[in-house]
Amino acid sequence: MLHSLPKVRTGITGLDEITLGGIPRGRPTLICGGPGCGKTLVSIEFIVKGATEFNEPGVFITFEEKAEDLIANVASLGFDLQKLQKNKKLKVDYVRIQRKEIEETGEYDLDGLFIRLGHAIDSIKAKRVVLDTIENLFSGLSNEGILRAELRRLFMWLKEKGVTAVITGEQGEGKLTRHGLEEYVSDCVILLDHRVVNQISTRRLRIVKYRGSLHGTDEYPFLIDEEGITVLPVTSLKLDRSVSLERISTGIASLDEMFSGRGFYRGSSVLISGMAGTGKTSIAACLIQEACTQKERCLFFAFEEPPAQIIRNMKSISLDLETPVKKGLLEFHSARPALYGLELHLSTIYKVVRQFKPTMVVLDPISNLISVGLINEVNSMLLRLIDFLQGQGITVIMTSLTDVLEERVNEGVSSLVDTWISIKEIEANGERNKFLYVRKSRGIKHSNQVRELIISDTGLELAEIYLGPSGILVGSARKERKLQKLTGKELKNQELREDIARRRQEDGIPHKARQRRGK
Amino acid sequence: MAKKQQTWELRLYVAGKTPKSVLALRNLEKYCETHLKGQYKIEVIDLLVQPQLAEGDQIFAIPTLVRKVPEPIRKIIGDLSNEAKVLVGLNIRPVKKES
Repeated sequence: MLHSLPKVRTGITGLDEITLGGIPRGRPTLICGGPGCGKTLVSIEFIVKGATEFNEPGVFITFEEKAEDLIANVASLGFDLQKLQKNKKLKVDYVRIQRKEIEETGEYDLDGLFIRLGHAIDSIKAKRVVLDTIENLFSGLSNEGILRAELRRLFMWLKEKGVTAVITGEQGEGKLTRHGLEEYVSDCVILLDHRVVNQISTRRLRIVKYRGSLHGTDEYPFLIDEEGITVLPVTSLKLDRSVSLERISTGIASLDEMFSGRGFYRGSSVLISGMAGTGKTSIAACLIQEACTQKERCLFFAFEEPPAQIIRNMKSISLDLETPVKKGLLEFHSARPALYGLELHLSTIYKVVRQFKPTMVVLDPISNLISVGLINEVNSMLLRLIDFLQGQGITVIMTSLTDVLEERVNEGVSSLVDTWISIKEIEANGERNKFLYVRKSRGIKHSNQVRELIISDTGLELAEIYLGPSGILVGSARKERKLQKLTGKELKNQELREDIARRRQEDGIPHKARQRRGK
Repeated sequence: MAKKQQTWELRLYVAGKTPKSVLALRNLEKYCETHLKGQYKIEVIDLLVQPQLAEGDQIFAIPTLVRKVPEPIRKIIGDLSNEAKVLVGLNIRPVKKES
C-alpha cells in the first residue's frame, strides 16, 4: 500500500475524483490557463467550498480584480462572499499593482505582501489561500531578480504556514505560465483550457502533474454554470454498480411479451432507434405513462419538441402525459441541442436529475445532440450520462434517429445500452409499415420476431402475427387476413344459423337426434 | 511654485528594522532636509506592529514610501538609494517646485 499524500478536498464536483481526493494539503497548487479559462472561478470555488463545506476558512488575494468586482462576479455562481466575509470564513484582499504609480529605487522585498497575507491568514485562521494571479507582480515591478527570489520565498513561507494554496497563472507561449511559475510550484499543476471547436466552446481541465499521487491524466471537460464548476470525469465508469432484478412493464402488453412477458430490468438502459416517424417518441411516452401510473417519477428531456407539443401529440394516441405532469410525477425539460454545448447539456441533465430524483429518464432523441458535437464527443457524453443515471438506479430510455450517417452513434452507444429496440419502416405493396424488433436485451429472454408496430387512436400495440403463404403478413395484407379469418368465422356461423333455421322451418319442432339430410 | 507652503506628508512603510528599512529612512530624511526643509512630515509605519495598515495603502513591497500629500498619491518602493529617482518619483524638483 502506498503511503498516500495528505490531500485537501476542493469541493469542486468531479475534481476531487480526478485527483483521487483533492489537492496536496499544505502545499501550493498551480492552476494555469489562458485568459477566460476559468482560473479565478476554480480558485474561488476552492475557497468558498472550503469555507462552507469543510470548515476551512480561506484568504483570497486578488491581483486583478477589485474585491467588490470579484464579489459581484461570483455572485452569479451563487457564492455570497460578503456573508462569508462577515462570518470570518473568508477574506478577500485586493492587491493593486499599478506600474505608473510605482517607482522603484534600490533594494526591496515583498515583506509587505507577506505581512498582509499573514495578517489575513491569522485573522480568520485560514487554511486555504488563493493568489490570483500572482504573475501580475511581474507586470508591476521591473526587478525580476528580486521578484523571483521573493516568489520562491513566498511559496516556502506558505508551506511553512501549513496552508493549502492555489496559485493561478496565465498561460504563456510554449510554457505553462508566462513567467514560469511552475518552477516554484511543482507539486500539483492543473491546466485549464477553453477552446472552440465547430463554434462550440468547451472547457477542459487536465492535471499536468501531481507529485506523489496518482491522478487522472486525461483532459476532462468542465462547466461553469450558476452552481459553480463541475468537472466531468469521462472515465469514472467503474462498472461496479449494483443491479436490480426488478422488471418494469413497457406499458404495451404486446411489447412486454417480447421480453418474456415482463418488460425489462429496472435501472437498465434502453435504446429505441428508428428512422424518422417510426414512433420512437410514442414508445418512450408509453413507457413514461406506464411508469407514472406506478407512481414513479420521470423526467423527459426533449431535444426536438416543446413539452406542450409532445403532450398534445401523445393525446392523439390516447397517451395521457398531462395528468402525471400535473401530479408532479413527470417533468419535461426541453432545449434545442444547439442552445448550448454538450457539456452544458450534460450538466443540466445532471442537475435536474439530482433535484428531481426520478426513477426513469427519457432522452429524446440522443441523435440530435450530434449537431452540437463530434461523434466521439457525443458518445463520451452519453457514456458519462448513462453511467451517471444508471449509477443511481435510474432507468434510461433513449431514442435515436437512425440514418445512414448517424448509424455510428448507435454503434457507439450500443455497447452501453442493455436493451435495444429497433424500429424499421418498410415499404411494400404501396404502403409503409413499421416493424419492431429487439436487437438485444441483456439478461432477458427476448423474442426474435419482427413485429408490426401499429400506432392508432387507442395507442400502440404490436400486431398479432398472421402467417401467410410467404411468411408474416403485415399492413393491409395482415388486415385482410384478419378480416378473412373473422369473416370466415362469421360466414360459417351464418351458414350454421341459416341451416338451423331452415330445418326448424321444415320440421316445425327442433330435434336433436334428427338425422341430417343432404341438400 | 504657487503652493509653496504645502506640507508634504510622507509615509514610510517598513517591516522591522531591517538594513533596507533603515537605509530607506536615512535616505528619505536626507533628501527631505535638502529639498523640502521645513515642509515635510515623515511617518514611519512598522507593519510588523500594525499589519492591518498594509491594506489601506496597498503595500506589498518593503520598504515603500507613500506620498499622501500633495495628491495624487505616489509610491516609491526600495531603499531609496537613487536620489534622482526618488525626487522624480515624488515629483520634487530640487528647486522646491511643484508641477
